[in-house]
Amino acid sequence: MRTIRVANGAGFLGDWIDAPRRLLERAEVDYLTIEHLAELTMSILARAREKDPAAGYAEDFLEILRSIAPAISRQPQLRVIANSGGVNPQACARAAGQLLSRHGLEKLPVACVSGDDLLPQLDELVAQGEKFQHLDTGEPITALVERQAGADSRASDATGNNRVARHIVAANAYLGAGPIADALSQQARVVISGRVADASLTLGPALHEFGWPKDAWDLLAGGTVAGHLIECGAQVTGGYSVDWSQYELADVGYPIAELASDGSSAITKPAGTGGAVTRRTVVEQLVYEIGDPAHYLTPDVDCDFTTVEVESGGPDRVVVRGATGNPAPDTYKVSLAYRDGWMASGTLLVYGADCREKAEACGRIILERCQLAGLSPAHTHVELLGAGAGVPGSFFHRKYQPPGEVVLRVTASDPRREAIESFTRQFAPLITGGPAGLAGYAAGRPLVRPVFAYWPTRIAKERVQSRMEVRPAGEWAA
Amino acid sequence: MSTGKTVRVRELASARSGDKGNHANIGVVAHDEDAYALLVSRLTAVRVQDFFRSLGASRVERYELPRALALNFMLYDALAGGASQSLRIDTQGKLLATALLDLTFHVDAWDE
Repeated sequence: MRTIRVANGAGFLGDWIDAPRRLLERAEVDYLTIEHLAELTMSILARAREKDPAAGYAEDFLEILRSIAPAISRQPQLRVIANSGGVNPQACARAAGQLLSRHGLEKLPVACVSGDDLLPQLDELVAQGEKFQHLDTGEPITALVERQAGADSRASDATGNNRVARHIVAANAYLGAGPIADALSQQARVVISGRVADASLTLGPALHEFGWPKDAWDLLAGGTVAGHLIECGAQVTGGYSVDWSQYELADVGYPIAELASDGSSAITKPAGTGGAVTRRTVVEQLVYEIGDPAHYLTPDVDCDFTTVEVESGGPDRVVVRGATGNPAPDTYKVSLAYRDGWMASGTLLVYGADCREKAEACGRIILERCQLAGLSPAHTHVELLGAGAGVPGSFFHRKYQPPGEVVLRVTASDPRREAIESFTRQFAPLITGGPAGLAGYAAGRPLVRPVFAYWPTRIAKERVQSRMEVRPAGEWAA
Repeated sequence: MSTGKTVRVRELASARSGDKGNHANIGVVAHDEDAYALLVSRLTAVRVQDFFRSLGASRVERYELPRALALNFMLYDALAGGASQSLRIDTQGKLLATALLDLTFHVDAWDE
């Protein structure tokens, strides 16, 4: 039975930038996966692309690639698979090509996987009858467009043209492991993709190495479980754990899945690193951000986690087997993001025995001043951090001693940017005109940021054409 | 009211929570088979929905993973808009697991 070692060096954009390098310094692996995408990340990257056509990918990836270029040079078996391409994988591949060339790796085969971005043909797809019904409500996308146009007259131009694409910031299908495996079979050492499903980054190497048939559902499920377990980085090696005090987390080891050709895997981490791999850390991650465990849907397989068995295989080593699978859905999940106004959030530290009353009063004053300005935000929320705001209505504020200080946090959203701008001006005046005992205003006015809302939907697989292109780094750079 | 022994979820399990759009999930991992059996009988979807009633979830569903000794709770529409739209400090329901670990129930009585 053959085994491959697939590691994960990042679980989201913003994860520990040194983790991939440190992992490769202490373990020899065949594949390093970098998972950089989430719904919110796609919106942020889409907005960056609007401002600059050469942007829209996870720039952290370039810093990671720079830090691991020596390892790529030294270790001929090592391949890197990253969905860091975001909404602009070609631009990411070009930048990666330039970087690798500067490190003497101009001949390194770099693959770019794309075709997930549906924004360019969104109107065409709608015209062809694609309804993009919301996964929860069943509403067609045209209903959203009508609402948006009604809510914001600027969104509808003079000719009454309410084309769908102008309301949508990002529209990406979640591609599967197939194009990743294709890239690997064409000798790619670095694979950069757009929105490929997280677990598929790990399944890709398994398809390539083991030649699993596309309908070997149990095997695909095994690879998918391994991918799901390592896709959030340190969350399977002791991070996000109630046992945090037992672990040395400053030097937490990022995970490695030793994936076998029979679909089983062992989850482990580099020797001498912090954190832990135990049955508990692994099962916690198995059930992380899932719905029905009998139907964990990816583009590759309908995966059943209820048959999965997890047992210790020695220190910091946990064996996972028994995953079963059913035929993959004939649709891709699609994440559509649209603009939904503006938002800002401001905080003030409120100190003293009467801190709660004072904080509540400050919250009221801020919102009253918005009203006096004639720009009351449509949605507002006042929270007292330190007094149970983390889980509204939870036991904390009843059970635990009242604090002598709280952080007042007031958040507002509105379709009108000027209403949120006005809101952000109402914090500072409290320093001189509010109760005594306020601090924490030195950072200045709260940042006004755009709100993106999501429209999860599906599209028939045959309507999406994934693309894969392998070129030497030097050619991407040119 | 029962006078029987009470137990906190944290004595029986660890937990981890996160978001799926506007829905939250809480994975509960039992320490052992006995703990799992007790959680299956007592930590019902109704109990969890009641515990988090202030979140205003439209419904709570419980799934069982008997081989992994884990339960998964789906709290539908519990996140006030979710990661991008929610005005709450915890936009993604990351704290729900920690809160759930403090839920207390009676071991040997059905009324509480």
